[in-house]
Amino acid sequence: MKQKTLLIVSATLLILAFIGGALVYDAKRSEEAARAAQHNLSFLVRMHSPTQGKASAKVHIVEFFDPACGTCKAFYPFVKKLMAANPDKIKLSVRYAPFHDGSDIVVKMLEAARKQGKFWEAMEAVLATQEIWTRNHRAQPQLVLNSLGGIGLNLERLQREMDAPEIGALVAQDIADGRALNVKATPEFFVNGRPMPSFGYEQLKDLVETALADAYR
Amino acid sequence: MKATEQEIDSAWALLFACWLVAGASTLGALFLSEVMAVTPCVLCWYQRIFMFPLVLVLPAGLIPFDRKVVRYALPLALVGWFIAVFHVLLVAGYIPEGIKPCTQGVSCTEDQIVWFGFLKIPHLSLLAFSVVVALLVFSSVKYSRRKDSR
Repeated sequence: MKQKTLLIVSATLLILAFIGGALVYDAKRSEEAARAAQHNLSFLVRMHSPTQGKASAKVHIVEFFDPACGTCKAFYPFVKKLMAANPDKIKLSVRYAPFHDGSDIVVKMLEAARKQGKFWEAMEAVLATQEIWTRNHRAQPQLVLNSLGGIGLNLERLQREMDAPEIGALVAQDIADGRALNVKATPEFFVNGRPMPSFGYEQLKDLVETALADAYR
Repeated sequence: MKATEQEIDSAWALLFACWLVAGASTLGALFLSEVMAVTPCVLCWYQRIFMFPLVLVLPAGLIPFDRKVVRYALPLALVGWFIAVFHVLLVAGYIPEGIKPCTQGVSCTEDQIVWFGFLKIPHLSLLAFSVVVALLVFSSVKYSRRKDSR
């Protein structure tokens, strides 16, 4: 009986130590991330990034985004809803973090679509068909072209332009900035330079609402 | 009779210590991957496969004390120990890159974390498996000595 108690108490202590350690570590890390983001604000916002919403909007969401990432797809309508609920007060910039295999090529396609003025249409088309062109977490760029067929893009021009050196440089810059900001998973959101304290819809919503309250007092 | 009971007690204590080491290693590994977001490499996964079950298998031999526990815990621990040795040798560079089984994902030789300038994750794993094997053997020896004296 004494032995059983000893076993149960030890197991409980081990698990409590784990949970306590996790809480301490998370608190420390989110504090560090917030400080790093403030410090690296110049890495966070680049002129080259596709941006949606009024330029004068005071709340700026920067999303590190991977077109092959399922959670990015799930968050996109949520962010759009947040923006629609606060018209002209929020703008959204997309930075690339192509972590999946083949994603970098999809990103280049999006940038080539942007040259034809259809970035957001292309992004929505790509997200809507994500299950079709991702296989085992690997993006299949050839299948992405099919998804882009229906939005009035000149696909020949897109394929010609997607390997342009300026697109390559832009993507490389985004990847380097993501690394500097310690972006390790997508989507990662920064709202006026502040990262989410932990990951989730509610956390993003809280962050946006705090920023709105600060900016539009 | 009292002496033998003491010996069972110490065999039990050694086995209990063994379980503590396995539990701490398991939670430590989970902390690295789930809290610190360090992605485990392939070899790390194989070592996990042989460490994690010990956390559940050993209590089955602890309550009530089962002298045969070494028969079902030691094979796991030994295989894990050999993988840990292989991993440490790989990281140290004694095993050529060519037979490295990591083809995708995280490289097994990339140093993701280095403590105190020399201590890496595979070293901790090897240490844990060595202690587990040693404690299992000691516990079993303690018990069989009791049997001999009977």
